[in-house]
Amino acid sequence: MSHALLDIEDLKTHFPVRSGWFFKRQSGVVKAVDGVNLQVNEGEVLGLVGESGCGKSTLARTIVRLVLPTSGQIRFAGLALQDLSRTALRAIRPRIQMVFQDPYASLNPRRTVFDTLAEPMLAHRLVPRNAVAREVGALMEQVGLAKRSMRKYPHEFSGGQRQRIAVARALALQPQLILADEPVSALDVSVQAQILNLLKSLREQRGLTMLLISHDLSIVRHMSHRIAVMYLGRIVEIGPADEVFSRPLHPYTRALVAAAPVPDPDIERARRRIILKGDPPSPLNPPDGCPFHPRCPFATAECAQRVPALEEHRPRQQAACIRLPEIADTPI
Amino acid sequence: MHLLSIENLRTRFHTRNGIVRAVDGISFAINPGETLGIVGESGSGKSVAMYSLLGLVPSPPGRIESGRADFEGRDLLACPEKELRAIRGKRITMIFQDPMTALNPYMKVGRQIMEPLLLHEHCGPREAFQRAAQALDAVGIQDAAQRMDRYPHEFSGGMRQRAMIAMALITRPALLIADEPTTALDVTVQAQILALIRQRQEALGMAMILITHNLGVVAGACERILVMYAGRILEAGPARDIFHHPMHPYTSALMRSMPSLQGSGGELFTIPGMPPDLMSPITGCPFAPRCRHAQGICRSAPCNLQEMETGHGTACVRVQMGELDSRTP
Repeated sequence: MSHALLDIEDLKTHFPVRSGWFFKRQSGVVKAVDGVNLQVNEGEVLGLVGESGCGKSTLARTIVRLVLPTSGQIRFAGLALQDLSRTALRAIRPRIQMVFQDPYASLNPRRTVFDTLAEPMLAHRLVPRNAVAREVGALMEQVGLAKRSMRKYPHEFSGGQRQRIAVARALALQPQLILADEPVSALDVSVQAQILNLLKSLREQRGLTMLLISHDLSIVRHMSHRIAVMYLGRIVEIGPADEVFSRPLHPYTRALVAAAPVPDPDIERARRRIILKGDPPSPLNPPDGCPFHPRCPFATAECAQRVPALEEHRPRQQAACIRLPEIADTPI
Repeated sequence: MHLLSIENLRTRFHTRNGIVRAVDGISFAINPGETLGIVGESGSGKSVAMYSLLGLVPSPPGRIESGRADFEGRDLLACPEKELRAIRGKRITMIFQDPMTALNPYMKVGRQIMEPLLLHEHCGPREAFQRAAQALDAVGIQDAAQRMDRYPHEFSGGMRQRAMIAMALITRPALLIADEPTTALDVTVQAQILALIRQRQEALGMAMILITHNLGVVAGACERILVMYAGRILEAGPARDIFHHPMHPYTSALMRSMPSLQGSGGELFTIPGMPPDLMSPITGCPFAPRCRHAQGICRSAPCNLQEMETGHGTACVRVQMGELDSRTP
């Protein structure tokens, strides 16, 4: 296995829930990320899939320290982020950058593209002031924008162009790791493909490592080397992209793959769909034991008793399900 | 005999900055019991077309400039508001994308489901309550009678969408219009809701117009598909033909630009440029500026849907003239 650029160990991010209008008391805890172990290797694209509320965005925000973890370790290039001083952390920050979902909300409407792209370069002193304009222009061309539009404001661009600006902003600091949180889900199909191709070619040119978060299985499949499946704050399966899609292990992954609509009427009509009961449970009140057991067609009494650990069931493919030895070959 | 037949519908928005041609002359029909899918990207006019039928386009600035929509012997676009009100919510009902904003947050869910019965069928409150509870039960909500007393925020996203479906179907409409009914839902819940809609549709024998941008969803659910772009229908035909044998470059480009679940990892096909600005009048084919097969004629010849094979029509002039093999995007 190659060297892990990002190494996450037993990471937990919990949010206290307070109620009452004056003497606010803590009435519960949302366990958004609840014991995640994950390695992202240098140069790879790791796709993270899961439904809304499963904690995938919180995980990304915890990695860049927009949210502080409750416990656990995040190591980037061998450095434990929580032990670093403010100055040392500041030196690390440019190396991890994020691309957000909504390019309408993530760009400052009052700043020109030039301002948005120049600020990080100047703040981190990567580029001398007199060379900034040239750098910004070069960056814009790399992401497929005309450099003459650098004095324009975000509202003068289309959604796809805005997402290009967001990608350029992430690249301005020459990061090693990009966290892309649903980078194309706010875009139309025909524009999605443009941005996905851009991310892919930039990754190859610059040898970037990427954590790609999406709820769209086909996008993750297209972009990733490995895929991690998250459910209610935990990773339930992780493995090579081809394997996870063609031979999913965990019952949740199987249901997810089976539920994804395929744009072909013949396949759609012929396939047997696994329809799960119920909705994903609330992270405020998660079930005991395996988080998936209330919806799982294979659940037994034992599943409600303990949280299963991720174990390797096939080479490089791990899943967290105690019943796997029995059900691995049973169709749902 | 068609259930609904629309001819030359044009809806425009007269804004301060100019006239937006949201729907620009579309014609189509749907048969009783049929499922018709309308696909298109945002701004293609698919929702506005449906809102126009039901008199839901805010006016001003919206204005229906021309067209007919014949439904059960009446022209929906010409009939007075009072008659339309008797059809809307009874014979034609609608499910919207986001059940949180479509439901009234201040009203108990049960009351909202009873409302069509009280208004349209003049049911007594007791009968309406019973029928509403049955309807909730039929869409798979457990303990339906107790849930009637809950407010929308006490329901999960999937349950709210189920409640919306119960409400839309309670008057046994002849036509259900579902506008992106699963876009706000998770993948596993989306599969549940689509299966539910189909099952109820078969049980009640109603027709459905399913509006979505998700080609996977229409592939599974629809018999016939319309592809809309910039307020026009560019292609119309049976689902299998549209997917396996598209006859408009836009349709084939759209299909090829989607990553597939089988995965190839290669570069995705992209459509250059952006959809046109609907404020400036478009002559010729609206897709021509982005189409790699466009020639001079595409920018001048009128963009009209023409049937090429049984039930399968295209608005591409070059395919119509036999110059273009439909399979090359």
